[in-house]
Amino acid sequence: MTIKVSMRVNGKPVSAEVEARTLLVTLIRENLRLTGTHVGCDTAQCGACTVLMNGRAIKSCSIVAMQAEGAELLTIEGVAQPDGTLHPMQAAFKENHGLQCGFCTPGMVMNALDFAKSHPDPTEQEVRESLEGNLCRCTGYHNIVKSIMAGAKAMGGKL
Amino acid sequence: MNSATNASLIGARVLRKEDYRFLTGSGQYTDDVSLPRQSYAAFVRSPHAHARIKSIKTDKAQKAPGVLAVYTGEDLAAAKVGGLPCGWLITDVNGKPMKEPPYPPLARGKACHVGDRVAVVIAETLEQARDAAEKVKVDYEELPAVVDLRKASSSKPIHDIAPDNTCYVWALGDKAAIDAAFAKAAHVTKLDFVNNRLVPNAIEPRAANATYSRADDSYTLYVASQNPHVERLLMTAFVLGLPESKVRVVAPDVGGGFGSKIYLYGEDVVVTWAAKQLNRPVKWTADRSESYVSDAHGRDHLTTAELALDKDGKFLAMRVKTTANMGAYLSTFASCIPTILYATLLAGQYTTPLIYCEVTAVFTNTTPVDAYRGAGRPEATYVVERLVETAAREMKLDPVEMRRRNFIRQFPYQTPVALCYDTGNYEATLDAALQLADVKNFGKRKDESARRGKLRGIGYACYIEACGIAPSNVAGSLGARAGLFEAGEIRVHPTGTVTVFTGSHSHGQGHETSFAQVVADRLGLTIEQVEVVHGDTSKILFGMGTYGSRSIAVGGTAIVKALDKIVAKGRKIAAHLLEASESDIEYDRGQFKVAGTDRKKMFGEVAFAAYVPHNYPLDKLEPGLNENAFYDPTNFTFPAGSYVCEVEVDKDTGATQIAAFTAVDDFGRIINPMIVEGQVHGGLAQGIGQALTEGCRYESSGQLVTGSFMDYCIPRSSDVPLFKVDTRETPCTHNPLGVKGCGEAGAIGAPAAVMNAVTDALGVKDVPMPATAQTVWKHLR
Repeated sequence: MTIKVSMRVNGKPVSAEVEARTLLVTLIRENLRLTGTHVGCDTAQCGACTVLMNGRAIKSCSIVAMQAEGAELLTIEGVAQPDGTLHPMQAAFKENHGLQCGFCTPGMVMNALDFAKSHPDPTEQEVRESLEGNLCRCTGYHNIVKSIMAGAKAMGGKL
Repeated sequence: MNSATNASLIGARVLRKEDYRFLTGSGQYTDDVSLPRQSYAAFVRSPHAHARIKSIKTDKAQKAPGVLAVYTGEDLAAAKVGGLPCGWLITDVNGKPMKEPPYPPLARGKACHVGDRVAVVIAETLEQARDAAEKVKVDYEELPAVVDLRKASSSKPIHDIAPDNTCYVWALGDKAAIDAAFAKAAHVTKLDFVNNRLVPNAIEPRAANATYSRADDSYTLYVASQNPHVERLLMTAFVLGLPESKVRVVAPDVGGGFGSKIYLYGEDVVVTWAAKQLNRPVKWTADRSESYVSDAHGRDHLTTAELALDKDGKFLAMRVKTTANMGAYLSTFASCIPTILYATLLAGQYTTPLIYCEVTAVFTNTTPVDAYRGAGRPEATYVVERLVETAAREMKLDPVEMRRRNFIRQFPYQTPVALCYDTGNYEATLDAALQLADVKNFGKRKDESARRGKLRGIGYACYIEACGIAPSNVAGSLGARAGLFEAGEIRVHPTGTVTVFTGSHSHGQGHETSFAQVVADRLGLTIEQVEVVHGDTSKILFGMGTYGSRSIAVGGTAIVKALDKIVAKGRKIAAHLLEASESDIEYDRGQFKVAGTDRKKMFGEVAFAAYVPHNYPLDKLEPGLNENAFYDPTNFTFPAGSYVCEVEVDKDTGATQIAAFTAVDDFGRIINPMIVEGQVHGGLAQGIGQALTEGCRYESSGQLVTGSFMDYCIPRSSDVPLFKVDTRETPCTHNPLGVKGCGEAGAIGAPAAVMNAVTDALGVKDVPMPATAQTVWKHLR
């Protein structure tokens, strides 16, 4: 049995027929084919699936699609400007070599966007605390921390 | 940074070409590939560490909604699908070949570790495949599990071929001479320790998606792999018996590897074989729980190590005895890691004249163990650098001074353990590290920590590694069953832009940028004019893949060799265009000049002439500008460095924090310092993880206790500091770029540095890794 769910994703209305057990990340990746949102674990630890739901960073592997009924979602594909210009947080990751294999990167950026709204000039310690739910195996976090500090400053508290 | 054609791109901090796609969600990893008529596979895995499979009932699963097929090991055997091969033959101390038990892609007769593949269910959707997998009924008869390395050789055999569960006993060195040296030593330092078992945990789980075309009887396998050509070679020649020309392997964007994606895995074989049976694409993606039980693990050594010294702290001899865990089967390169890539590194940076190493490799009912970032070299460095630091403390010598007394200073240097170091300057990296770490003020920082009730310790590690793997003839004489060269191709387009094809796969290392720098610099192009293609056997000549920090040293050199051919042909074309003698043409970064004149042709003009050969020496020269090269190195490269770690231990809780970490490395010439620093940071975090947070644990029945990110702690951002990193340069003498490789250094040097610091803080001889709060707390009591 399937259920119809509707929401706005990256500014566009979408709807899909899903099972009750379908995870939000499955809807994003398989139904909408927005494959920039990744799955790196099955225990809500790695944060690779992080998206913004109604402006807040959430792990899309840990809620079912039905819970996003009527929500406003932003995924990594919707972050750059329509002409392809990188968002200041994305640009900061590039400038500071804040990514290597790129797999955790969308989740890192999405989490950082939410964090930076309330932290326009964060300390290293604040950034590290904000990354509690995002795992990276490549960078040793060094350049991710620098990227988020620079990106947050560039955002000036605004998404 | 945009590149300018007049400044050298070698050594420039060029921002990465690959970043845009990753930052916008446009990367394409294996699980992102969905094909028309896609089907999905779910594996039934053994819940037992060791069990006879009495029967497998698949009827209920076969009838479940959406199910297309259920296969077991017997189905594969009936179809003559072979077992997974091991790529390195180790010959034991008696001259006999190692024991190679059968490694079927799906278990036959019995399961040998938790997570062993027992059956596969393929269905229309992933959910249907997983639901049906639960309906496969396997009747197991549990057998006693071999888990403890110490008891493996006296336990009941896992495989008939190895009655004492021993794969091989291997040794390097003259034991009698070394025993004699120990008898005369003024001081002997001895350590017994475990080099803890690790789970690689690339954040992208393994995945494979195979499709078959009846039209031409060909296969395409998309797979999260570090070396698609080797995957194809092993799968076609040894397992499926197919012509390589009928199989295309694509490793698209790959989300980290760290060794775990080097190997040919059973899942890759099964989906490829099944794609033909069903005439449908079959996709499998591991969930993290599967990764923990099915990705090859790393390390897991039990070691006794001894160092003999004279009264002045000069090293006289080293004696090492190691038991290495192979796990339940031999993974692709398992056998060479604790031997060829371990014992040969035990000289470290020192002139120790006599070294003996004996390695017993045993089978256990655990997940197979193979290369993980550093692969044998972190284990060797841990032996050497823990011994050195401990010896210095025991002899009341400054550990830095003791190292200086034993450094190799003359190059080339032939070690007693087979390797010949071509170049290095160990004083230079050590001096730089001491300064950058502000070691002279350590006492003040220790006092300041003490005032806050914390114990502060300092530890050093001066590591060596052998990279640029490998001279094929040397590797072959040591048992390698494959060549270890690399291939590259430079395809110059008519307008002078270039596509580079390399067998060195990139899965985070930034080859698309650093390889483009090498090519753009030589040809006088901008970075934007050079595209680097990797990871597709249908596009790239050949490749041995990415591991052992070999990409720039071997893959990069193959590209340089191809560039040499491009320039040589360009010189002939330019001579014709300029009506000059070829010997008068000088070449520098994209300009062919007639010596002593201002007459010149730009690279783009020469390229255009090659493709529009209206004015061209067609009688002497083929049109076009496209060259291949294969490069087989003449020696290993020897990156080395000095690491200084400071830790702070909370006396009440045992919690240990890295207070500072300094790394000064010599990677030879550096193409892109930004990328190199990133590689060091990542390696350090993995090394710190091994030392402080990561420990793979099996309980006595062979159940994996640490089977998720909640139980097995890869470092989080708060577990590591901002690192202080720098480099010193002694260019490699035997490759044209002077490069050595940088991918594994951090993971090799960090564990010993951290543990030297922890033991210094606690004032104890040894603490086992990982030095978790609980472990440290116990040592404080």
